[in-house]
Amino acid sequence: MNVDLQRPVFVLDGVDVPFTTGQTVMQAALAAGHYIPHLCYHPEFKPHGSCKVCTVRVNGQTFASCTLPAQPGMEVESNTDELNDKRRTLVQMLFVEGNHFCPGCEKSGNCLLQAVAYDLGVMSAELDHLFPNRPIDASHPDVLLEFNRCILCELCIRASAEIDGKSVFALSGRGITKHLIVNAESGRLADTDIALTDKAMEVCPVGVILPKRVGFRVPIGQRRFDASPISAQALEDAPRTPAPRARGQA
Amino acid sequence: MKTTPEVLPEVDLILDRYGRDPTALVQILREVQEPAGWLPPATITYLARRLGLPRARVEGVAGFYSFLHLEPAGRYRVRFSDNITDRMAGNLDLLDRLCTALWVERGKVSEDGLVSVDTTSCTGMCDQGPALLVNGWAVPRLDAARIDQIAELIRDGQPVESWPAELLAVEDNIRRKDILLGSELQPGDAIRAAMARGRQEPLELASNDRSWRERIDTTSLGPTATLEEIKRSNLRGRGGAGFTTGLKWEACRNAVGQAHYVVCNADEGEPGTFKDRVLLAGYGDLLFEGMTVCAYVLGARQGFLYLRGEYRHLLAPLEAALARRRADGLLGENICGQRGFHFDIDIHLGAGAYVCGEESALIESLEGKRGIPRNRPPYPVTHGYLQQPTTVNNVETYCAAALIAINGGAWYRNIGTAKSAGTKVLSVSGDCARPGVYEYPFGVTVRQVLEDCGARDAQAVQVSGPSGTCIDSGEFDRRIAFEDLPTAGAFMVFDGSRDMFEVARNFVHFFAHESCGFCTPCRVGTTLLCRLMDKIARGKGSRHDIDQIYRVSRLLQASSHCGLGHTSCNPLFDTLKRFRPAYETRLESLDFEPAFDLDGALARARAVTGRDDPGAHIGEAP
Repeated sequence: MNVDLQRPVFVLDGVDVPFTTGQTVMQAALAAGHYIPHLCYHPEFKPHGSCKVCTVRVNGQTFASCTLPAQPGMEVESNTDELNDKRRTLVQMLFVEGNHFCPGCEKSGNCLLQAVAYDLGVMSAELDHLFPNRPIDASHPDVLLEFNRCILCELCIRASAEIDGKSVFALSGRGITKHLIVNAESGRLADTDIALTDKAMEVCPVGVILPKRVGFRVPIGQRRFDASPISAQALEDAPRTPAPRARGQA
Repeated sequence: MKTTPEVLPEVDLILDRYGRDPTALVQILREVQEPAGWLPPATITYLARRLGLPRARVEGVAGFYSFLHLEPAGRYRVRFSDNITDRMAGNLDLLDRLCTALWVERGKVSEDGLVSVDTTSCTGMCDQGPALLVNGWAVPRLDAARIDQIAELIRDGQPVESWPAELLAVEDNIRRKDILLGSELQPGDAIRAAMARGRQEPLELASNDRSWRERIDTTSLGPTATLEEIKRSNLRGRGGAGFTTGLKWEACRNAVGQAHYVVCNADEGEPGTFKDRVLLAGYGDLLFEGMTVCAYVLGARQGFLYLRGEYRHLLAPLEAALARRRADGLLGENICGQRGFHFDIDIHLGAGAYVCGEESALIESLEGKRGIPRNRPPYPVTHGYLQQPTTVNNVETYCAAALIAINGGAWYRNIGTAKSAGTKVLSVSGDCARPGVYEYPFGVTVRQVLEDCGARDAQAVQVSGPSGTCIDSGEFDRRIAFEDLPTAGAFMVFDGSRDMFEVARNFVHFFAHESCGFCTPCRVGTTLLCRLMDKIARGKGSRHDIDQIYRVSRLLQASSHCGLGHTSCNPLFDTLKRFRPAYETRLESLDFEPAFDLDGALARARAVTGRDDPGAHIGEAP
């Protein structure tokens, strides 16, 4: 690895991680090829820290590493039994909050929730399933919205607003009733201006926003996380240069 | 698809009054909702178009707040306060009585669209509960007769504004006064005292003016001298966290920005707290003095009072007080004749969201957004309202600051304890003879307060509300102070007849209802805790469920986004530690019982078929 000796360094699980001022712990760790489990973080968007799967411990306190500004000399614990146990519970919470039936999901094998769960060794949901009632939206000719799988990471909201300049998606409700809505008086995706080429179409970490008529093009067993666990693929994505500041509304 | 009207004149009037400013969205939605009691889809579309916002964002904001409705909610929206103190006073029986009288099912709108009846989080009337809100107006001291009277007024279609004043009268119940509640300050006293710490004009230039580059005017001594007094007083924030007020003001004053803001957090949502209501009702001038003194120190021109929606009855009197202060030269331009001292205060009425008591969520709400706590750093003192330096303080903190401006920091510091200067106003409720507002110097023991309020046989006190601490009778010699029992003011007393498991269960439901839903642990965890507690309450609990409560609670404490999640498990930890038998006597088995309730699953079928005989049940008889 090409480490510039001039750059400040923090310690992640005993390993020096160089960083640039302004980077968060997650950004610097990924850029240096160190994986911290995460779901709502995406290198092209400003981190907001809602899923909490990337929680790390610094000086006894816990922080979401995606929003924690890196500081020189900081000692960060991430890959510990205690934190991985917390991550497992968080992932289990996301599973019981929605309705996730992996064998019938087009995203199976490419799904971050599934991949992170397998990687952390989540074997069952353990918690009480909430079985919410979330009707799907199949109104759009080209796009299916399968709300049952939504983990409320807000990536589609950020992508649509910041990159596509459309604000097709937003959140409504509060607490456990918080849910994704679309930008139409009818509440139907067909009445929005979403397009297959939108950034919002490609950022969903789970199987909510799906193009129609492309089911199972890649067979299960040959998909991204079928080959190797998500933690082993961290280097493929790194170094992920953070995108320039999000563009304004179009 | 139905098309949205081109012009909605009554909506435009409201929009124009707010200058079509998207940051006023919560206020606009609240006012637009007023006539119909809900916000139809076409109205949301219209507002979005007129404000230049994406429609989904407007809908998302409306969907966040409890008192804004995206579906018809009835011409009369009755919401019973559901704090544990209301429960203890029998609110649910009264709710049933009203539902029966009005032929309406709880949580649904009556078929003629007249009324809906449901519960809401604590409305801050614990000293005079049970209480309810009807279209936002408070009706305290409920009993069967008052419920029948309300039912009749609703059936007659009487506008709430014309209901008998006696029904809507809220009492102050001030039981013990000290320096704050006993203050006889006249409007303007504190401001003039602050200005007198500087030099006379023209040596003292524009008093709180900042230069065109928003640099602090270092030639004026009044603001710095007043700040020194606040620092000397060792005043700490009265909202619960206890940050040193002088340091907050100083950091905000030194922060560079295009404008500085003074915000008063009157979103008093913690169940069991109502002292800010009393301060706002009787001590509005003291509060506005404190805010104006703060503006003088900071060089701020704009202030906001974020008033919780439940205190809507205080809006008109507070607006009147502001108008009077403007007329008296105590707000507006050149305050007290001091050149360049410009400051004014707007009132922002909340719409039912406890989380907006968190200062950064409050600021988001002030900006017309969903009340989601921000990531920090940066903190509001440097990046607050509109990303500008902002000081957010509690009502009581500003009142105390006004007293300090007059009497000086040394005077204040000598009251209370070494680490907790001054006095604290407590909201006392629950099992006691004299519920109400009590002001004590810091350091008073819980036992003393219990004695003064006439509490007999107390087994527990919930200090500072559900997010605070629950103590048992062995701890009544502990002191109300930052170094022992810090408090935002709530003091709920439970006597020996109360079931502390039910107290904790009520609080757990409160947090689940009020979670903003931003982060996974709080959004899902608080709901899982409700289900675990409900399962134990049904007599279906096991040791495994207690273990799960600990597991979820520890996660909430460690990884939640804000204080709501961090503290939401306090009632569970406290009661499990001190009143564990209240849980264990309910456990059906000591290892495991499934959560799925076979008999419960048949409830819908029973309702549809109208059966409730033993044959329609699985397992034990109903």
